[in-house]
Amino acid sequence: MTQKMYIDGIEVAFAEGETILEVAQRHQKEIPTLCYDPRLEPFGGCRLCIVALEDARNPVAACTTKATSEMVVTTTTDTIETLRKTLLEMVISENREVDVHPLRGYASYELASLKDKYGIDGTRITGTTSGTNKTDDNPFILRDYELCISCYRCVRVCAEQEGDHAINVMNRGFHTQITTEFDGLLKDSACTFCGQCIQTCPTGALADKKALRAVDAVSDSHLDKTRTICPYCGVGCSVDILTTDDKIVGIHPAMDGPANQGALCVKGQFAFDFVQHPDRLKTPLIRDMEGKLKETTWDKALDKAADGFRSVYEKHGRHSIYGIASGRAPSEAAYLMQKFIRAGFGTNYIDNCSRA
Amino acid sequence: MSNPLVDMQKPEVIFCIGTNMTECHPVAATGLKKAISNGAKLIVADPRRIGLAELSHLYLPLRVGSDTALLLGMAHVIAREGLIDEDFIQNRTTGFDDFFEHISQWTPEWAETITGVPAKDIETAAMWYGASKKAAIYYTLGITEHICGVENVQSLCNLALMTGNIGREGTGINPMRGQNNIQGAGDSGALPNNYPGFQSVTDPMHQKKFKAAYGKEIDLEKGITKVTALELCGDSIHAMLIDGENTLLSDPDRKHCEHALRSLDHLVVIDIFLTETAELADVVLPATAWGETDGICTNTERRVQRMRAAVTPAGDAKPDWWIICEIAKRLGINGFDYDTPKPIFNELCRLSPIYAGLDWDRIENGVTETVNNQWPVPDKEHPGTPRLHEEEFVNGKGIFSNVHYRDPAETISDDFPVWLTTGRRLQSYHTRTQTGRAQGIDYLLPEESLEVNPTDIEKWQLTDGEWCKMSSARGSINIKVKATNRSPRGTVFASFSFADVPVNQLTGSGYDPITHTAELKVCPVRLEPL
Repeated sequence: MTQKMYIDGIEVAFAEGETILEVAQRHQKEIPTLCYDPRLEPFGGCRLCIVALEDARNPVAACTTKATSEMVVTTTTDTIETLRKTLLEMVISENREVDVHPLRGYASYELASLKDKYGIDGTRITGTTSGTNKTDDNPFILRDYELCISCYRCVRVCAEQEGDHAINVMNRGFHTQITTEFDGLLKDSACTFCGQCIQTCPTGALADKKALRAVDAVSDSHLDKTRTICPYCGVGCSVDILTTDDKIVGIHPAMDGPANQGALCVKGQFAFDFVQHPDRLKTPLIRDMEGKLKETTWDKALDKAADGFRSVYEKHGRHSIYGIASGRAPSEAAYLMQKFIRAGFGTNYIDNCSRA
Repeated sequence: MSNPLVDMQKPEVIFCIGTNMTECHPVAATGLKKAISNGAKLIVADPRRIGLAELSHLYLPLRVGSDTALLLGMAHVIAREGLIDEDFIQNRTTGFDDFFEHISQWTPEWAETITGVPAKDIETAAMWYGASKKAAIYYTLGITEHICGVENVQSLCNLALMTGNIGREGTGINPMRGQNNIQGAGDSGALPNNYPGFQSVTDPMHQKKFKAAYGKEIDLEKGITKVTALELCGDSIHAMLIDGENTLLSDPDRKHCEHALRSLDHLVVIDIFLTETAELADVVLPATAWGETDGICTNTERRVQRMRAAVTPAGDAKPDWWIICEIAKRLGINGFDYDTPKPIFNELCRLSPIYAGLDWDRIENGVTETVNNQWPVPDKEHPGTPRLHEEEFVNGKGIFSNVHYRDPAETISDDFPVWLTTGRRLQSYHTRTQTGRAQGIDYLLPEESLEVNPTDIEKWQLTDGEWCKMSSARGSINIKVKATNRSPRGTVFASFSFADVPVNQLTGSGYDPITHTAELKVCPVRLEPL
């Protein structure tokens, strides 16, 4: 049932169970957060999303507070902005750096952009940094905990989204550290290297090692993104291919992908570099007189391909030619394969690779 | 899948059989994990103690190839306990009375003798599934890659029909497709029995339609399957065009397959790498890869989606559609004058009732609040069909099948006393033409190994981490042994991904007589220390 409340003086509708943050975001209110990922349960850890409620003594966290009928919310006041800025200054003072490379991960810009928004220069509050880097020789996930702000998004995405529970938290307060069981390597944990922790991290503390190989090639902000579908299994996860200068440097999950809602697995996240691998076939090949495959031109190869079908057709008739379509190429390829056989030879001698 | 992927979070009871989903469809499995954390019960039937089994509330470790017996036993219990949905049976199905009589003989005690699963566990599974109004079935190749793949699927349909667990949210019969566009390849008519859009080639109306569309008289009878075609190579099949399939490694009985392809007069392979199959070709034509190709694909939930090129192709590689057009034009075949993929897809849509409301531009625009591109989409105004069979079945009424259990094509013997079953692993994909060339994957999975129960290792005088010789009626390979309780006593597992451990030299004992799908999940073998 729809009910009504007020956000910054405007009457808005909400549904039972929605949080203040969800309603506010739906109405284009910019409330800062660091621990919030819309795919995960509200956590209320960073306290940046505090808002003022009429008749309440203290501000409340918008992400964990449910909207109620006739609630009157103010999303920004001078006091709240001061509180938010101070919280951010304290968080930032604990980190080695804030302005991280965008190749680190999908959300890694979040802390830096809040720093810019609040004009924080890092001089008012200074002190010891927290977090200790973990040396982990895995090729995919950088564990740069000097940038960790203990928002627990990685822990929660691993548990709630993936159901893997590979990482958790050890120690308390200033010494809080994200770790695996027995403080070991990810490889020896329940981690499946899906990379979801990287993509939800708001500071780049967890980063895409594979994408960072291209860090020198990618100037700070110049990364092109192309929306497509993962090339592996049949789930059909939406991804963005990250490119720079015609080179694929990484993959981001598409948070609005209808089949995956931001989730990916190790293959979709990291196994992209077959595309520009040196082993790729770059020219047509035909078998020469000695029986070896030799490079040739498209014209010669296509002529030979066609000539072979023509001579088999003339010698053995139309039921001597068979086509196998791919389950990996787009539908236009499969459609034309069957049209080639049906319109070309008048047979139904066509199948695809699902029948192994 | 009858139901959309989002439905995976909705069932109260989930029955997974023959699907290693956490490894083969990991993102789909996250939906099931959420359902479980919301309180759903998970039943897993699989010969191996896979990741899903560890998450399950009830694990049914059945003997490989005994699925039909298990499912008959479950149907028996559902009927016996009165857990059938009488309204659904009355209104939407046919043949229940015969089926009811048929299953009265297949008790869970009988099923235990075939499957090795305790009768009481079969009863529990049946009671959970049958008592729920929101129970969903998920399966993969562990159901279909058997000589009785058709009976296995029919048995699952029987369970859904008798309990009315289909056509609603959180229910359904949901096969998970294993390749990014394997659904699209079938949709597009690359099948010997169907024109595009699953229109039967033996239906005179469809024959007339495609004769007019293609300007060519086409055979009135079905074509032969790939399996039959490979058998006839050199005999009546003399030329093949293979697009993007490493047939040699992915298909059963490699020796047979290699002999078949070698005996062709003319083999043309379109691929992105010089695969083992391409190496046998007379002409190899380099195709553009994923990330270099614009096109459209269909996922396991029938969702039609756009793939986009992000970089320029490697070398002189060309899109598959262009290559096929160029060969066709050289042969004087009409109707191959396309400049882009768009008119090709639009032609497919025009000829396929299930795609009739789709076109390139609609797919380009993607999903909106009102548009969902899950087929069938019968007209332009149709929003799409996330869930099948809501009001009625395509063919009217759901038909019960009086299936019988059959033994696998080959059963264990003194010569071959061990069951081998095959599949995929999380980190490698198919024949590793792609994942084998992705940096870092080797760190997680550097080589293939044979998963053997630790007690069996001792019994068969093998050594964990050492090589052994594994033989079937078709050949022998060497493979490293790995001790793991994922394998039950008497059954071993390997993937077919690694070229240096060509497991498909051993497989190929038999084929489903209707679908011609190979029994890749069952192969009796013998293991010897090296």
